[in-house]
This record gives sequence, structure tokens and C-alpha cells, in this order.
Amino acid sequence: MMLEITNLHASVGDKPILKGLTLSVPAGEVHAIMGPNGAGKSTLTNVLGGKPGYEVTAGSVTFRGQDLLALEPHERAAAGLFLGFQYPVEIPGVSNVQFLREALNSQRKARGEEPLSGGEFLKLAKDKAALLRMDMEMLKRQVNVGFSGGEKKRAEMVQMGILDPAFAVLDETDSGLDIDALRIVGAGINAIMRSPDKAVLLITHYQRLLDVVKPDKVSILAGGRIVETGGPELALRLEAEGYDAVMA
Amino acid sequence: MTTATLPTPTLPTRRDEAWRYADMDGLARLGVDALDQWQAIDLAAGESLTRCLVVGSDAPELHRIRLTLGEGARAELFVTNAGGDYTRVEVEVRLAKGAHFEFGGVTIGGAGVTREFVTQVVHAEPEATSNQTIRAVHWAGATGNFLGEIKVARHAQKTDAAQDFKGLLLEAGASANAVPQLEIFADDVKCAHGATVGALDEAARFYMMARGLDPATAQRLLVQAFIGDAFVALEDEAERETLLDAALAALEGAKL
Repeated sequence: MMLEITNLHASVGDKPILKGLTLSVPAGEVHAIMGPNGAGKSTLTNVLGGKPGYEVTAGSVTFRGQDLLALEPHERAAAGLFLGFQYPVEIPGVSNVQFLREALNSQRKARGEEPLSGGEFLKLAKDKAALLRMDMEMLKRQVNVGFSGGEKKRAEMVQMGILDPAFAVLDETDSGLDIDALRIVGAGINAIMRSPDKAVLLITHYQRLLDVVKPDKVSILAGGRIVETGGPELALRLEAEGYDAVMA
Repeated sequence: MTTATLPTPTLPTRRDEAWRYADMDGLARLGVDALDQWQAIDLAAGESLTRCLVVGSDAPELHRIRLTLGEGARAELFVTNAGGDYTRVEVEVRLAKGAHFEFGGVTIGGAGVTREFVTQVVHAEPEATSNQTIRAVHWAGATGNFLGEIKVARHAQKTDAAQDFKGLLLEAGASANAVPQLEIFADDVKCAHGATVGALDEAARFYMMARGLDPATAQRLLVQAFIGDAFVALEDEAERETLLDAALAALEGAKL
């Protein structure tokens, strides 16, 4: 199993948000998570990533056989986890190229692999930027500074391509994208992550991304728990009928 | 009959504005003689000079530099102040017509030490410009100070003077002090100054760690970006690297 979440409870401050969430994602699967606002989708992302301020009060998360919750955020990345941010952070004064090369080489070092040289890295970055139809010049600029909402999301996917994770948690990667950008990002996710030894947790509000990145499973997250799991048809039912009708 | 006696040299006190945040114990260990040691640099009309300094050691240090710029002259001074004991860099500048003074300074360090820059820039004649960018990064009870005085003479019209200070405190207990002091007697001048003090951007730090950077590397990149502003105006890339490397070397062992 790629990811095994069992009876996960998590709080932000004193407020419980996740209340017994259980979910398994095997390798080779794209699993979409949908849910109404305030259901705990972003909290799930942040808990999986190890963001400070999110406290796990019960339950477990096993990632590729390891206790994920015992790892620091950078150790989770080196173990193969990628977090696609709903709001990618701007880092003035640091270029994408420097940031990503240091990030990739830190991960490689943690895994006992040789670092990539400057030339090797640039070639890799160029390939992945082309996949997302992003100009290499943008990667020489400061991380996310002055990028539009859509450019930030595309840059996230370029980062994912370069870091080549085994598992990606993509938090509303489709928000802020126009129709063309949505197709490019969706195709990028397929190209980078559709593989028998990889998996994706795709958190979204809308069917339109799922038209491009076809999920194998769809789960509804509500009130801090998974309340229903089905195939792709569940997302279509949600789109047609709404959460209230489907969860009733 | 009167006997002429020379006044006994004495150390300044904290009541002296320019020594307000100084480490008086460090100064006492330097001794009163250190106060007399001014390095004077005169630039003739149209001359230019760029100087880069890495200052600081395990003993207190005082560096006093007096720059006199002729018409249209240009002086650039860039300093990394990473002393292991009280380290103070003072610069006095007098600008003739159309001259330019550029200053970039970084104080960085912990260990309860005070590190400071004290500048006095006199725009004595019209159309001179000056730009000062100071960054202070401190932790472990250390203090970074910038006391910057700008004086614009009555007839020094079209003066353009700017000062920009930013402090980054990596943990509670460290401090940064900025004292801009403007004395302007001309009416057609531009004088800008800004000062902010803050902590490391936690959102950026988490974002970097989520991409696999270990905490020390993430902090180093963020500090590098923060202090980089001070040396942006320095064209020589190798010199810039030297100043940045000296600053970042001081970051080893800082609070994460």
C-alpha cells in the first residue's frame, strides 16, 4: 500500500477538524477527494505534509511502510511525498532554479544518491518546464514572485516533475486555472504521476479536472471523515446533484 | 601664569547619541586610543572607489573611515560585520557636488554580541546622491544596530539620499535597533528612510521543507535572500560572493 490512513484525528489549535479519517491508496491509483467547504480537505493535506500548527491527536498514517507522522517535512519529501499547494508561497530573492536544485539534491542526499550537476539539473528542468509549456526564463525568476495564479499552479507541476515523487497530494491544483491551463496541468499530472508505482491524492471541488485526470476512486470527505467512496461515477453524481443529495 | 593642560581623553558614554546602543564594556576593552584611529580616504573630482570589507574577530574591533568625495566622485563601501565580539564600523562621508556614496552593510551573528554600523553622510553641495542598505540577522541574545545620520546643507539642492534598514531576528531575545537621523536645511531634496524588523517567513520555510530542503538549508537560503539586498549594488560577482559567504558562514550553528 502506498498510503494507509487509519482513524486519523487532527486539530488546529483547540479545534478538532479531522475526526476519524480512514483511507487507503494503493500504488497505481489516482484517488480524488471531494467535499464541501470546511470538510477538512486542506487540513488533511497539511497534516500529511507535516505543517507546524496541525496536531494529530489520534490515528496513524503509514507511507510506503513508514510511520509518516514521525518524519519531519523534509524527510517526508525525501521519502517520496509531494505536496501541491493550494496557495504556492512566494520566496523573494531565491530563484526557482536554485531552490529546486537544492531541494532535489537534498532529497537525493537523504536517499544516499549522488547530487545532480548544474548541467544535468538544467536539462531536467528544461524537459519538465516544456511538459507544462512553461518558459525556462520563468524558472530563472524568483520563486512564484510576480507569477499569476495559473502560473503558480503550473510552476507547482514543474516542481513535481523535477522532484519526481512516488506520491502526490494535490490540494485544489485546479483552482485559479483557465480552461487551457487546466488541460495543460491535467496532462502534466498524467504524464508525471500515471504509473503503476506511483499514486495521487487529488483534492478538488470540480469535475472538470477529473475529466482530464481520470480518477480510479472518488471519496467524499465531510465533517472530518470519509463518508463515501466510489468510482468516477460518484464525482459525476456530486456534480449533478450536490453534496446534500448524495450524502443524504 | 596659567598652565595649559590637555584634556584627558575619555571614552564616550551611552548619553552620546552615536553610542546609544554600543557595548560599553567592549569599548572599554578596546581602550581610548582606538578612538583616534581614523582611516581617511580622499577622492578627487571624478574619481571612484569600491571597497569591500569583512570585519570581526574574537576581540572587539572599531573601524572608523572618513571619506571625502570631490565633485562627481563615487565611493562604494560594502561590509560584512560578523564579529565574535563587539564590532563597530563608523563611516563619515562628505559629498561635493554630484558625488555618490553607496553603502551596503550586513551585521550577522549570535553569542550575545553587539555589532553595529554608524554612518554620517553630509551632502555638502548640490546634486549629490547617497544610498545605504543595511541588513541585520541575529539570534542568541545578539544585537545589531544601525545609526544613520544624513545632513543636507542649506544650498545642497537636488540632494537624493536613501536609507533602508531591515532586521531579521531568528529567535526571541535578539534585537535590532535602527536610528535614522535626518538634518535637512535645503528645501528641494529627496530623503527616504525605512526600517523594519521581523522574524523568518514560516510559510516560506515550510514550503521549502515540503520540497525536501532540510531546516538549515532552508534557513540559509532565506537568510541569503534577505541579506543579498545589501550587496546588490556591488558589480564584482566574486567580491559579492566573498561578502555573502562570510555572512553565511556566521550562520552556522544559528538557532533553527
